[in-house]
Amino acid sequence: MKKLITTLLGTSLLATSALAADVKIGFVTTLTTPAAVIGKDMQNAVNLAMEHLGGKAGAHNLEVIFGDDGFAPDTGKQVTDRLVKQDKVDFVAGYIWSHVLLASRKSALDAGKILISSNAGPSQMAGKLCHENFFSASWQNDQTPMAMGEVLNKAGVKSLYIMAPNYAAGKDMVAGVERTFKGQIVGKDLTKWGADAQLDFSAELAKAKASGADGIFVFYPGAAAGAFTKQYHQAGLKDNLPLYSVFTVDGISLPKLQAANFSGVVGSKVTQEWDPSLDNAANIKFVSDFKAKYGTYPSFYAAQSYDTIRMIAAAVEKVDGDMSDMDGIRAALKSADFDSVRGSYSYGSNNFPVQNFYLREVVVDGDGNWTTQVVDKVLTNHVDPHAADCKMK
Amino acid sequence: MDYTLFVIQLLNGLQLGILLFLVASGLTLVFGILDFVNLAHGSVYMLGAFICASLTFALGNFVYALLISLPIVAVIGYGFERLIARPLYERDHLDHVLGTFGAILVMDTLAHMIWGPAGIAIPLPAALDGQTQLAPDIVVPTFRLAIISAGLIAAAGLYWLVNHTRTGMLIRAGASNRTMVTALGIDIQALFSFVFAIGAALAGLAGMLIAPITEASLGMGNNIIITAFVVIIVGGIGSMKGAFLAALLIGMIDTLGRAFLDDIFKIFMSSSVAENSAPAISSMSIYLIMALILFFRPQGLFPPKLR
Repeated sequence: MKKLITTLLGTSLLATSALAADVKIGFVTTLTTPAAVIGKDMQNAVNLAMEHLGGKAGAHNLEVIFGDDGFAPDTGKQVTDRLVKQDKVDFVAGYIWSHVLLASRKSALDAGKILISSNAGPSQMAGKLCHENFFSASWQNDQTPMAMGEVLNKAGVKSLYIMAPNYAAGKDMVAGVERTFKGQIVGKDLTKWGADAQLDFSAELAKAKASGADGIFVFYPGAAAGAFTKQYHQAGLKDNLPLYSVFTVDGISLPKLQAANFSGVVGSKVTQEWDPSLDNAANIKFVSDFKAKYGTYPSFYAAQSYDTIRMIAAAVEKVDGDMSDMDGIRAALKSADFDSVRGSYSYGSNNFPVQNFYLREVVVDGDGNWTTQVVDKVLTNHVDPHAADCKMK
Repeated sequence: MDYTLFVIQLLNGLQLGILLFLVASGLTLVFGILDFVNLAHGSVYMLGAFICASLTFALGNFVYALLISLPIVAVIGYGFERLIARPLYERDHLDHVLGTFGAILVMDTLAHMIWGPAGIAIPLPAALDGQTQLAPDIVVPTFRLAIISAGLIAAAGLYWLVNHTRTGMLIRAGASNRTMVTALGIDIQALFSFVFAIGAALAGLAGMLIAPITEASLGMGNNIIITAFVVIIVGGIGSMKGAFLAALLIGMIDTLGRAFLDDIFKIFMSSSVAENSAPAISSMSIYLIMALILFFRPQGLFPPKLR
């Protein structure tokens, strides 16, 4: 009996080593600091994607190695270096923050790896710094606020106050809304960001109120979202300064706002390329399995992370695990031939998605949980404004 | 620039200053009297916020939760002094820094394990959640006024304790000449523990007061501790009066800088340059002040009289 087990173990070991980790994916996100709440959501989605794939792309095993950027560009670059040099990953993916991605891109691209952003979409990497080995599984930063600008025009907003964190993505978001918004911008504040970000917005909110604007546009991702939304309501601005936000009221902040019963947020409107209510088979499976496994709605960060793993798996399958066939992998990624949870989309010349953007509204679902649902399609097959600056064809 | 906005911003600056004072007072007490550098002071601020958040959900009322959290945080401060600070008193400042930095890592990780990475938003009772009209055009969130009053009450209590009680006299005596106080037969260890507990309660109170605005979150203490050190350096290390005035000064400079610097810059530069440079300069402003103070008056604005 013992002998049999040993033999079985031996063969199973042989079998696994023959297949072991054919393709390694390094996934960089934020797993410490308060922003770890986003990283955790992304990690959950990656694990769910691996589970749905059975850990395999076709006949080839996939392995994901997570790295923590600590919400800081220098740490993000270090962890990227480690994944590339020490763990010898084939794909580098993840990245919540634009400044972290900008600092890390060279480490991955100079080593000839494929780099895929699951969230950050800095304008530089869509334009001048575009690269044949870099793909976005999310959007370019300007696009979501551009959709919001259109919403503002339709809502008849004539003057706007803008608040955003002072870093690469914050500046892109502001530029984005300024691109499409036709009214007047009466004031703008860029606040301190990073691990020691400013979270008390008393001075800025007082200015916004005094400006007499028709509305306020904000971009406050992660932990800052809860802080901003609360102070906005404590200041009693709901009736005279309506809130229009991007990446602020989302699957991350809603459960917390609900726990503290900040009911003022129900009914507020945001723009996004994805929503849990989007009606396609991949999304329905993703959202229901995610809820069953982790007990909350997935955020857009989770949706994009799930897509990242699925698109890598599809590409690996297409080249039959041959990681030396870089042209084949690039072509497979560029075809976007996988079941994305946002519905089908294509890639533009700069390897950023050409996709739809929706207007979504915060609603209470059948179980009493706060979530969002799509109310309108704002932009159709939208190409980001920096694609023209990219030299790739 | 209209004056109502200016008044509101002054109130915002006052609120920030009061919170800074609550943190800085404990820091300056411990440093002034015990000659002990306590980097982990900010962690107590974070623990105060988290404990108060949990109790708010357990009891259903923020005010009760705050009143119960205060003694809990004081006990934590007392325990910290007995277990971690006391063995380090005899060693030099670098060991203090290393030891308490380790304590920060331990407490941050503990908080991560207990409360998770997400942070907790604290609901306020309806009476504190609205706005108050102070003058026809001046409407401010009620809770911000509550922070100012609670902070001023704590500051007044501290002033009374330090200047008008026997304990306060001993604390001041201990700050001036520790050896002499011991020689007079005072149990200096008990006094040190008491000072530590008071400092922890004040920092915890600051954390509890800010949590309904920002929320209780990991690492929140590490941000404020740096500003608190700026405050005690500007005010003069070990000086209570210095800490109070410097906290208000730093609070005002930070708030007014964020509020008005871009408008001021727009007078003499293009608006896009002003928009980009104002946030950078305003986030540097308090450190610029500190650098100036260190250059021209290294002992701080209001140094304690005897050391």
